[in-house]
Amino acid sequence: MTTLTVTFTLNGKPVSLGVDPAARLLDTLRYQLALTGTKEGCGEGECGACTVYLDGLPVNSCLIPTYQVRGHRVETIESLDPGALEPFERCGATQCGACTPGVVMMAWWIRGHAELLSTHSIRELMAGNLCRCTGYDGIVESVAEALPDGRGKRET
Amino acid sequence: MNVKLPGTVPEALDMLASDGAAVPIAGGTDLLVHWPVRVEAHERTYVDLSRLDSLRPLRWTADELLLGGLTTYWDVIRDALARAEFPLLVNAARQVGAIQIQARGTWAGNIVNASPAADGVPVLMAYDAVVVLESRRGREEVPLDRFYSGYKEMKRRPDQLVVAIRLPRRRYSYQVFEKVGARRAQAIAKVGLAITRSGAGWRVVAASVAPTIRRCPAVERLLETGTPIASPEALLPAIAQDVAPIDDIRSTAQYRARVMARVLYHDLRDFWGTRA
Repeated sequence: MTTLTVTFTLNGKPVSLGVDPAARLLDTLRYQLALTGTKEGCGEGECGACTVYLDGLPVNSCLIPTYQVRGHRVETIESLDPGALEPFERCGATQCGACTPGVVMMAWWIRGHAELLSTHSIRELMAGNLCRCTGYDGIVESVAEALPDGRGKRET
Repeated sequence: MNVKLPGTVPEALDMLASDGAAVPIAGGTDLLVHWPVRVEAHERTYVDLSRLDSLRPLRWTADELLLGGLTTYWDVIRDALARAEFPLLVNAARQVGAIQIQARGTWAGNIVNASPAADGVPVLMAYDAVVVLESRRGREEVPLDRFYSGYKEMKRRPDQLVVAIRLPRRRYSYQVFEKVGARRAQAIAKVGLAITRSGAGWRVVAASVAPTIRRCPAVERLLETGTPIASPEALLPAIAQDVAPIDDIRSTAQYRARVMARVLYHDLRDFWGTRA
């Protein structure tokens, strides 16, 4: 088996490592880099538990071959302030926790791109994150709470 | 698994030409779904397109929108002119998975994945898209409505790469995209319909009701001739000429034909000639 050397920026710091060409970014993060905050739910791009940012856009790390991030910028849940979780705990939007890293990553991305709320609803922006425990009202409410001026609150 | 990492389009075309079984990979949203599981995937050679930056941007000319071979759904969703001139592209793109998929999935990938249930292909076809293929032997253009020859069969040779998709800029007097799925978000279509009307005539394109995405010439003819249609059922003979739905995990042939008839009838109420 050949190994590819991949260099990229992870949570603001350069990393370089050898990977199997078939390695998924999700597995590289969890098993080679010990960043286990990113979860695997479905492994086929439906559930969003593995959401990370690639060059600032949310993506499913289960659907990205690790070699494709060479030269790019990746951020994981470990890059966020732990305070990011607070609205979710307050609004009853967490239970088993499997979806939570992906949900919080998506929420914080929406927070940084609030202009999208002129064309998209919070529900549409969160459509790629499935939660089997809490239902979605609490999650949508938490995302609205996380917005700088609470501008999404109307929707909940 | 073997991965080749070209830095330029000519390098990628050389790699495709030298290995007839090599598979181009762009955003990976289809290929990665079964990635670690399929044995044949481990033996295959992939040609990675992710460094071919020249294929990424979408471009506007005086009379065309040109999607690059690596233009993503999200690129189109965020383009204000696309929202104004090709709203069905944006509408369909917003129904492909969710943002995590839209940020990676490409229009060219949607075409060559050749799913009969694709969301991007029907709207491209309803806008008379032309697929631009390039190989070391030169450039070839194939209208999308003549691109598929059977289930997952298409007029792309293994040495060819989809480098662009050309869409003529036209004035549309009617355009709609309908997707019927099990839920509003992240569903795969049970029935998809893209319908446009321009100076070039009606285009009715159906998804998930035949081995390929395809135009519906019999239904288009009814619209062109203003044939009176008084009920959804009256459309079923034309639908039976145009498509061949099957029973599968997502739906049944009968449901698909009936839903297609009802959606066509109700969406196009003003055009069925009954009010003439």
